[in-house]
Amino acid sequence: MILVWFIVILLVGGLLALLAGLVNRNLCRWIALATVLANFVLVVAFWISNPTGGSTINNFDTNSWITAYRSDWIPPFGISFHLALDGLSLLLLMLTFFLGAVSVLCSWEEIKERIGFYYFNLLWILAGITGVFVAMDLFLFYFFWELMLIPMYFLIGIWGSGNRVYAAIKFFIFTQASGLLMLLAILGLYFVHGQNTGNYTFGYFALLGTDLSANVALWLMLGFMIAFAVKLPVFPFHTWLPDAHGEAPTAGSLILAGLLLKTGAYGMMRFAVPLFPEAAASIAEWAMLLGVIGIIYGAIQAYSQTDLKRLVAYTSVSHMGFVILGVFAFNELAVQGVVMQLLTHGISTGALFLIAGMLKERLHTRDLDQMGGLWGQMPAMGGVTVLFAMASLGLPGLGNFIAEFLILMGSFDVNVWITVAGTLGLIFSAIYSLRIVQKIFLEQPARERAQTRDLSIREGIALAVLSLSVAWLGVYPQAVIDAAKPMVDQFTSVFASADDRDRIPSETVSELKIHPLKK
Amino acid sequence: MLGQDFYVLSPLLILACASVLIMLLIAMKAGHRMIEVFSLVFFALAFGALFIIGRAIPYAIPPLLIVDGFGVFIVGLIIFSGLVINVLSYLYFAEKEENPKEYYVLLQLATLGACVLAISDHFISLFLGLELLSVGLYGLIAYLRARHHPVEAGIKYLVLAAFSSAFLLFGMALIYFQFGSMEFGVLANKLQSASFTPLVLTGLGMMLVGIGFKLAIVPFHLWAADVYQGAPPPITAFIATASKGGVLAMMLRFFTSVDGLRSDVIQIIFVVIAIASMVMGNLLALQQQNVKRLLAYSSVAHLGYMLVAFMSSGTHSTPAVSFYLLTYFLSTLAAFGVVSLLSGRDTDAEYIADYRGLFWRRPLMACIFTAALLSLAGIPLTAGFIGKFYILFSGLGQGLFISCLVLVLSSVVGLYYYLRMITAMFSAQGQTAAEGKRAHPLFYLFSSVTLSAVTVLIVWLGVNPSSFMGFMTGLIGK
Repeated sequence: MILVWFIVILLVGGLLALLAGLVNRNLCRWIALATVLANFVLVVAFWISNPTGGSTINNFDTNSWITAYRSDWIPPFGISFHLALDGLSLLLLMLTFFLGAVSVLCSWEEIKERIGFYYFNLLWILAGITGVFVAMDLFLFYFFWELMLIPMYFLIGIWGSGNRVYAAIKFFIFTQASGLLMLLAILGLYFVHGQNTGNYTFGYFALLGTDLSANVALWLMLGFMIAFAVKLPVFPFHTWLPDAHGEAPTAGSLILAGLLLKTGAYGMMRFAVPLFPEAAASIAEWAMLLGVIGIIYGAIQAYSQTDLKRLVAYTSVSHMGFVILGVFAFNELAVQGVVMQLLTHGISTGALFLIAGMLKERLHTRDLDQMGGLWGQMPAMGGVTVLFAMASLGLPGLGNFIAEFLILMGSFDVNVWITVAGTLGLIFSAIYSLRIVQKIFLEQPARERAQTRDLSIREGIALAVLSLSVAWLGVYPQAVIDAAKPMVDQFTSVFASADDRDRIPSETVSELKIHPLKK
Repeated sequence: MLGQDFYVLSPLLILACASVLIMLLIAMKAGHRMIEVFSLVFFALAFGALFIIGRAIPYAIPPLLIVDGFGVFIVGLIIFSGLVINVLSYLYFAEKEENPKEYYVLLQLATLGACVLAISDHFISLFLGLELLSVGLYGLIAYLRARHHPVEAGIKYLVLAAFSSAFLLFGMALIYFQFGSMEFGVLANKLQSASFTPLVLTGLGMMLVGIGFKLAIVPFHLWAADVYQGAPPPITAFIATASKGGVLAMMLRFFTSVDGLRSDVIQIIFVVIAIASMVMGNLLALQQQNVKRLLAYSSVAHLGYMLVAFMSSGTHSTPAVSFYLLTYFLSTLAAFGVVSLLSGRDTDAEYIADYRGLFWRRPLMACIFTAALLSLAGIPLTAGFIGKFYILFSGLGQGLFISCLVLVLSSVVGLYYYLRMITAMFSAQGQTAAEGKRAHPLFYLFSSVTLSAVTVLIVWLGVNPSSFMGFMTGLIGK
């Protein structure tokens, strides 16, 4: 039931903010903040009262599920309102509400007009994302998948900068087109399963292990994969991303990079691979190859950008390449790395977008050539930027290092050469990350400019929280690893038999597992 | 006719009586407001009567009519759209130069015609209904006879409707020549034993041409944009909903009962028409600057979607068409309702530029329009999504892979122009059109409430379709 509350609180909070916006501007800011914080507190309290990693209540045959809610929605079609939460969903929900709160904070001063409608959209995006992370009925999943698009479209299209309408429409059409193909695949799976068993249902657990011919499975999986690949984004489908990220308001970029991209990765791990394991295995090498191309291509593109937000956007393409590399390695190390990557990338890239937004607010430009020499004026922001640049380039001690290291370690075992190429990404990321610091804070300024102020208290709080969490993930990733373990075990267990490739025996995995502060 | 016949036909009889009574009222020099309210009451009565006769169906009135669940559902839709259009018409015509009183007579008659079409079981009643509808529409489209566009649209519709009626008649004649009967049921029996001879195929093909014109599906769509643009917005809504709904219901009934899709030729023709309508409709709408023309082409595409469900001819075919028709009716009514309410005395609000910044000027209207457009685009939380899902469900269940793929891809194209209009409404700058309206404020309130109710229905069907779907399938099953 708590899962329903997460969604309902956000939806109702959005409506309240919309109404409050008509009366008082500050009121709707506070309502939005309170709504997201309430959810965050709820999910943290829930985690504390339900320690993950073990088995708790369960009505499924696996023990990775912590809680669930189910009721009929459209019975004639076999559609149910079925939500369930496991460790992965829990982590992603925490990330969602955490970044949600940050995005409310960072819009505080930036958004000056139509505030009520703005927060309405923001909260409804979060509601859609929350739904995606917990939906266990494919129709419901698609419903939430689409639900988050419209408010995001408005967020970019109304409050974005310069070329916002183009970016918003491009974003919408890319994601909608791929989403509809996924809908066809969902329906295809539904009918094949129904014809095999006589049980016409969209339920995830019923559809798992549907008996499919290899050809059908491949096509259906590609239908799912295209939607997730566009969202993630995987290399040839990424072209919407720099535009959308570049033009969106700060909170929009933050949510896009921090959360929306994660829904693609989540979809692959939850749906595309487990529903069609053999088909997924058959395209694994191609997927990993595309991942590596994305890593290198994104890094090169990032290096050559002059627009700060587009630069950060391309770093996302690069980092998300690691995700698909890890998912399709199908082993525990890599998948644990992917889970870490989802969290740490959300935080570090979110922070970089936040910084870009703050710089834009002060300098009224995103052009790196117009910046330079800001360290003297804004030492605090400079310091934070260095921290997140280091996180982005994978400095040990910060979360991103753990994530990318685990992914590379896992995929090395599967395909040496692809992994070697992927490792190059770490070098490139050092180059572009250092360039950010150099261009903004160190170089001689291109022209004289007036004094700018350093971080305000509100901005300081937002960045400090992000810094602490990325450092915490770097030194104590065990909490995350424990939480995700049941899901990861289940994910990889499918391939233990289906896949005859050489892999590390499970004893080795537990030795290699990182236990810096083992209990 | 027996008493029971009158009882079952009471919704149609109420409409017929209404038109006569309104004529009497006009003779007694009643005012526009009184006639509007009077006409509205009769629409409401006819709509209410449908619920009363629900227990008596299915009921055949041989040989002409059959009042079954499907017929009642479609008649309900048609009368409902007549009712909404009646509400909208008052404000639109209150400030026009033309005396609007006879307008309501024609509206009642055209609605009656569409209803007769939906329950006809015989070529004669089919043709009677069709002509009643068409003749009413000639007058309605060109009602503002002093203006250029309506008259042009009226003439265009007159010529093409007459033309299509001729095709339809010739097709019926050929089929009658072959089988010696005009009853759907008898034809179905005879066709079951016989194969499709060239004569029958030609007959069916010619009927299809006539029907195609009425539905404005490709390649018979050429009149749509001009007529939509020229007609007054409430009437455009009527053409888009009641007129097309009645004809589609008639087509569904006829082709299902004679099992026309058994013939490969006919099936291929339908596939080609459906795919062409979806693709062409969406492509033609893409660059339109005129909202009415845009909605005309989008409606071509929507009819294409419905043909996909029609072709799937499985158990889900009729419910899918019916449900999509309902969502299409609601969305179209809401969209044209907004167009009609925003129209000024001399010009209609027909250019996308007129809608720039509408959200900041008239938030309610913009929200209604947005919901309608999102529903037409098939976005979740709106009825259109469930409708489109139902069609894909029905189509894929019967293996219509190509049609379904085209449906999906073309609706992505469609998304672009719907978004273009929504973007315009939410964009910052907008001209403030100060319009001095003179009608009673109660009518504004009433129109807004009606449109809001339609919008609530759109959202409600999108969120919780199951209860209505249960009701609908139960009704259609009768």
